[in-house]
Amino acid sequence: MSRDVSPQDVESAARLVAHGMRPKALPSRDAGYAELVRRYRDDDAFADTVQRVAAGLGLVVLAVGPQSGIVLAAVEESVFEIRMDEYARRTVLQNRQADKMLHGLAHLAAAALAFPRPDDLGDDSYVGRVSVDQVDGAVREACRVLDERTAGDETDPESDAPQLEAAWRAWLRRPETTATKDGRAGEATTRGIVGKALRFLADQGFLVAVGTEGAYRTTPRYQVQVRELAAQRAFDELLELGVLPVAAAGGSLRAPAGLEAPGV
Amino acid sequence: MTDGGALPAGDEGVTRRLKALACTAPLHDLDARKTRLDWLDASRYQMAEIALQAIDQVTLAMDFDHGADQAQVVRRLRPFVAAQAPGAPQGEHERVGHWVVDNLVNIGSLDRGFQVDYGTVDADGRYVRRRFDFKLLVEVAAPDGEVYLRTSDEAINVLVGALDTDVESAQVAAEVKLENLISRGRLGDARLAAEQARYRTVQYAEALRQKLDATRRDVRTVDWITAVPVLLDEALTHIESRYRAETAILANIADARDEATEPGRRRQAAELVDVVNDCIQRHTQLQARLQEAGATFRAEQDRQQFSGRPKRAAIDVFGQLLRPCLALDTATATGPASAFFSAGAGVRVPSVPSLTGLVETLLTPPVERDPLGQPVVEPDLEPATAERFGERAWERSGEVLDGGRARRLSALLAQAREVDPDLPALVALRVLHGVGSAIGTARNQGDPSVLLALDDGTVLRDPEFGGSDLLVATAAVLDGESDVQEEVA
Repeated sequence: MSRDVSPQDVESAARLVAHGMRPKALPSRDAGYAELVRRYRDDDAFADTVQRVAAGLGLVVLAVGPQSGIVLAAVEESVFEIRMDEYARRTVLQNRQADKMLHGLAHLAAAALAFPRPDDLGDDSYVGRVSVDQVDGAVREACRVLDERTAGDETDPESDAPQLEAAWRAWLRRPETTATKDGRAGEATTRGIVGKALRFLADQGFLVAVGTEGAYRTTPRYQVQVRELAAQRAFDELLELGVLPVAAAGGSLRAPAGLEAPGV
Repeated sequence: MTDGGALPAGDEGVTRRLKALACTAPLHDLDARKTRLDWLDASRYQMAEIALQAIDQVTLAMDFDHGADQAQVVRRLRPFVAAQAPGAPQGEHERVGHWVVDNLVNIGSLDRGFQVDYGTVDADGRYVRRRFDFKLLVEVAAPDGEVYLRTSDEAINVLVGALDTDVESAQVAAEVKLENLISRGRLGDARLAAEQARYRTVQYAEALRQKLDATRRDVRTVDWITAVPVLLDEALTHIESRYRAETAILANIADARDEATEPGRRRQAAELVDVVNDCIQRHTQLQARLQEAGATFRAEQDRQQFSGRPKRAAIDVFGQLLRPCLALDTATATGPASAFFSAGAGVRVPSVPSLTGLVETLLTPPVERDPLGQPVVEPDLEPATAERFGERAWERSGEVLDGGRARRLSALLAQAREVDPDLPALVALRVLHGVGSAIGTARNQGDPSVLLALDDGTVLRDPEFGGSDLLVATAAVLDGESDVQEEVA
C-alpha cells in the first residue's frame, strides 16, 4: 500500500461488495455499479480495498467483470454461507445422508449440463442452457451406463450397510416423478430434486428462466462461480479420496471411456 | 458342509431365481393385505389377478412416447374387477383398481419400489446379505408434463412368466407352441402365446426407445458400432418371423372361425384375430422406428460433433466430477457433492426484518378456521340382528351337556326341552360341533375340557330334529405332549 485509502474509497468498496450480494444486480443495468467495476479493474489500490472489505465480512472476491459484475463466495462458517443442512431441510431423518448427496449431485449435474465441455466453462461468451428434463435424463443415462458396466458383478448393496450403496444406484432407485394430488412433481423424486436446484440457482442469479417450459440459461456469474471455485473444490475433494479424474479435451459428457463413436 | 470348511462360492442361478421369485412377492402381498381394508369386503376379490391385469393394461398401453395414464388403466381394469364382484356398491370397483395400481407403484414408500433381501456367498466363502431393489410399475414424466405409468422389465418378466429367460429363445419357444396349439385347435392357449409374442415386441420397442433417447442426448454414450446394430438386427429378425407366423395364424384362425360351430370357440377365434391384428400393427410401428433409427443417429452425430478446443484449462464437470461421484458409494460421494454445493451456491444474505414488513406480518388476521373441524359424517346405522341364544341359554345348555358320562343326544334333547322349549336347538348345535372337535386346537387354546360326539349308527327319533342319535361325552384335555398325541391318534 503506497498511498492512504480515503474513507470515501472504503465506502465505495463496500458499495461494490453490496452490489455483489444482490443476485440479480448487473453492471449493465446500473451505471454506478458499472463505474465501480471499471474502477476495480483499473485501480489496484481500490481493488485491494474491496478485497479487504469482503474478507472482513467473511467473503472472497472470485471475479469482477463488466458482464458478471462482482462475484462473491462465502468462506466457511461465515454468516453468508449456505449450508446443505439448511438447503435440504425438508427431508426425513433416515434419508438425510442420501438426500444430501442427491441434492449435491443435482447441483453438480446442473453445472455439468450447463457447461458440457471444459471449453464452455473457459469461454466467457458461452451461454449454456439447462432444463430439468435434460439434467435428470443425462444423470439417469450416466447411471445406466455405470449399471451396464457393472452388470454381472455382485452389485446389489449389502443390507446391513446402506451407506455403501453406489451413488448411481441411489439415483436410479429414486422415482423420476410421482403423481401428486395437486399435480406438482413430488419433492423426493429426482426431477423434484433437480427442479429445486434449478429454481434455487435462478434465485441466486446464476440461471435465468427462458420460456415457460422450465428451461434456463446460464449467467456469467454462474460460469465464474463454477469455474473459479465450485468445480475446483469438488475436484480437490475427489483428489483427496484418491479418485483421479483425467481430463479430455472434448468433454466427457460426449465421450465416456471405451465407447467412441465411428468417425469421431 | 460336514467338514466345516467355507461355503462354496455363490451360484448365480440361485441368485437369479431368488430375484425372480422376489418380483412376485408384491402380488402375493396384495392378497395377504386385502383383508385389512376396512372399506371393502375383500374376500370377493382376487387381488393378484387384478394386479396382473393391471400390469397387462399398462404394458399394452406403452408405446414409444409415453405409457398409460393411471385413470385410463383403472378404467380398463374395471370390467375385470366387476366380474369378480358384480353386486359390489357403486365406485368400489374403481377404488379396488386404484388400490391395486397404487400398490404396484408402491405409493407411500420413498423410492416407490420394492426391496427384498437375499443372501450370496462371496469369493471368501462369507455369507453376505444383499438388497435387491425392483419396481413393477414406474411413473414417468411425458414431455407434456403429465405423469404416465410404464411397466418395468421386472414386471414384464413376471407377467409373461419367462423368469430369467433369454428373450430370443423364449420367442422361438412361444412360436413353436403357437403352431402346435393352432394345429390342435386349442385357441385359448394360442391367444396366450400370441400375447406373449406381443410383449416381446413391446420389450424391443422399449429397448430401442431408450437407445434413441440416449443418442439424442449424446451420440457417444450409445455403442453404435456393435450393440445397437445387434439390437436392430434382432428386432428386424423378430418382426420378420412374426409377420410370417401371424399371417399363418390369421389364415388358420379365419378358417377355424368360419368352421367353428360352437359359439365359444367361434368367439375365441374372433378374439384371437383381434390380438393378432394388434400384434401386426405394433410390429409395423416398431419397424418404422427401426428404419428411422439410422437416420436419427446420423443427424445427432452431425449436430453433436461440432466442438472446439479448450481455450484455457478448466475442469470437465461431467467427466471429472459428476461421473466419478456417481461411481462412489453414498457416504463417500456426499463429500465432493456437498463441497460443490456449498462452493457453488453463492452467498446467502441474512434477512433483516423491515419495520413495515414486520407490522404488516403482525397485523395480518389469522386464517379463519372452524374450531370444530370438518363436519362429522352421519354414519348409516342398521339394526344389528340380535343373537339367537342369549347368555342365559348358553349357561343352561352348558348345564345340560356337562353331565360327565357318555349319553345319547336324544336324552340330552329331552332334558333340555324340560328346561326351555328353545334350548334343544342350541344343545343340538353344540353337539354337532362336538363331532368335529380338534383336540390339538383345544389344547393350544388351553381349554380344560372338550365336548366329543360320536355317531354309532343309531337313528335319532325326535319331533324337531333328525339324523343320528350321537353319543356325547365331555373329555378332559390333559397337559403334556405325549398324552395329546395319543388322544389324537
